[in-house]
Amino acid sequence: MIGFLVRRVFQAIVVVVAVMLLVFLLAHIIPGGAARAALGPRATRLQIAQFNRLNNYDRPLIIQFLLYLKNLVWHHYLGYSYHFNQGVTTVIASRLPKTLVLVGISTVLALIVAVPLGILQVVRRNKPVDYALTGASFIFYAMPSFLLGTLLILYLAVDVHVFSVEAPQGQTVASILADPRALVLPEVTLAAITIASFSRYMRSSMMEAMTEDYIRTARAKGASNRRVLFVHALRNAVIPIVTLLGLSIPSIVSGAVITETVFNYPGMGLLTYQAATTTDIPLLLGTAFVATLATVVGSLIADILYAVVDPRIRYARR
Amino acid sequence: MPVGDERDLGLGALTSGGASLGQMEALDVLTPVAATPEGGEVTATGSPLRQIGRVFVENKLAVVGLGVIVFMVLFCWIGPLLYHTNQTNAQEALVNSTPNLSPGGNHLLGTDEAGFDILGRLMFAGKNSLIVGLAAAALGTGWGALYGAVSGFFGSWGDAFMMRIVDTLLSIPPLFLLICLAVIFRPSVLLLIIVIAFVSWLIPARLIRGETLTLRVREYVQAVRVMGGSRKRIILRHIVPNAIGTIIVNATFQVADAILLLAALGFLGLGVPPPQTDWGSMLSEGVTYAVSGYWWEIYPAGVCIVLVVVAFNFIGDALRDSLEVRLQRR
Repeated sequence: MIGFLVRRVFQAIVVVVAVMLLVFLLAHIIPGGAARAALGPRATRLQIAQFNRLNNYDRPLIIQFLLYLKNLVWHHYLGYSYHFNQGVTTVIASRLPKTLVLVGISTVLALIVAVPLGILQVVRRNKPVDYALTGASFIFYAMPSFLLGTLLILYLAVDVHVFSVEAPQGQTVASILADPRALVLPEVTLAAITIASFSRYMRSSMMEAMTEDYIRTARAKGASNRRVLFVHALRNAVIPIVTLLGLSIPSIVSGAVITETVFNYPGMGLLTYQAATTTDIPLLLGTAFVATLATVVGSLIADILYAVVDPRIRYARR
Repeated sequence: MPVGDERDLGLGALTSGGASLGQMEALDVLTPVAATPEGGEVTATGSPLRQIGRVFVENKLAVVGLGVIVFMVLFCWIGPLLYHTNQTNAQEALVNSTPNLSPGGNHLLGTDEAGFDILGRLMFAGKNSLIVGLAAAALGTGWGALYGAVSGFFGSWGDAFMMRIVDTLLSIPPLFLLICLAVIFRPSVLLLIIVIAFVSWLIPARLIRGETLTLRVREYVQAVRVMGGSRKRIILRHIVPNAIGTIIVNATFQVADAILLLAALGFLGLGVPPPQTDWGSMLSEGVTYAVSGYWWEIYPAGVCIVLVVVAFNFIGDALRDSLEVRLQRR
């Protein structure tokens, strides 16, 4: 296990550096470049040259990249955002907790709803309830989230003033949580679509577990239906869900671009979009770094949890 | 496996990202749990085409899905021949009709904020959505399958290197990559196809690589080797055709995902640029005016997207049930 972990952490570092290099190259193809984006269309050539000189943009790309890595590792410095006129670290630090709240709550919500739904579908398989839930999950899965969000706003915030049109605009996590009326719609939008996929996954994983030999054995030795379902089948069926949770970590960190845009929620997703459209290269690199780190850590956690939950899995070699 | 990424695309992501229900379940197929062959009646197989044909005879949902898709294709390509509307000349649209007209009369589904007829616009936009969806899925799955087959077939360090590239790209949230690419390269239909294919070839590459690992040690592959068949021949004539079930199932889900991705890009203003349009862009324009009560500007496009995506998912589910051997006869 230790050897496996060391190898995986090493791999993770390589992946993060490779992704950063890729995004670095991508960012430098963006037409106009950082100088134009920062100084505006009326900047003179002299100003642009000076800007490039100051920010090392006139150095070879590989040197720029190494300088970037050096700053990141030694000084934990991610650069300066021209669009927000703040350090990239500051901007991300203010946005990250908000996204953690938004996507974190919706993921937990989705899990709480989806697991029982999946079990219910297996218990009542090929009955009207199963068909209705399967149909609903297909539709929610196929619905663009901005459509769902807009419909919720239209009917529950505009027609009937139950909830707010916008997500909470507070600066701190506490102030966001203190405004549940505004938080409900974005949470529901995100959760509904997540539930659609989680519950389908739970259903098929539970169905598969029910066909295994140990279920027959449990029934043969006289275990009650309830015991077979909740002890024997469920325990095995939640294993893939654990992986699914590990793989959700990146989206909890990198945010939900569409939902955040619909509800004007200043999280990481909206930040990434703003960074890309305003060609704010340092900010774009910063968000890419955070998102990649989350993905890599998420899949590492999923692997470890997998071994913890499922005794059949031992990472001997790889 | 970016299962959780960009779930808010519906992919998961899209989106979520991301991978679709189908992809998640397809990945699950690879876990080597019940690899032991089971006894019992052996089902007659046949060429993949015949197997696919049988799916549509046996599975009602697949028939419904196919019906929806055929209807949509006819609607988008034959429809404009029967229902003539102006969809490209903004000037003429403003002169000849009123913006935001409610359904009825000359305009069966009303007009949008620029005065374009909505029913006609659905056909006009649908062409682009369907073309991008189908082409991106074909390109992404085709390239991914070839990449995976080559990687799995050669094994050792070549395989390790090729798969690390896939892992690296999978570590970037798909929508992030899409936004970057769409901002750098001003979108056109062709570029959108390439850009969406670029984020969607990774999962098929992994799936087919896994499949190849089991296929390359089969007797018939060894026989070809012994007879001196070239590597190219083994990959193209023996491995890819034998993995065709997985490839087709994955491609079907990829179409649904590509259409959702395009819709998300349309919402962010990075979809098919004017004067062309797509369902996502139409929907996102309608959403701006929805507060004014112009329901006909959101529901038609929304219903089209949901219908087509559900239809492809139905077909994908049915195909997976019949083409993927391990799940058969349960």
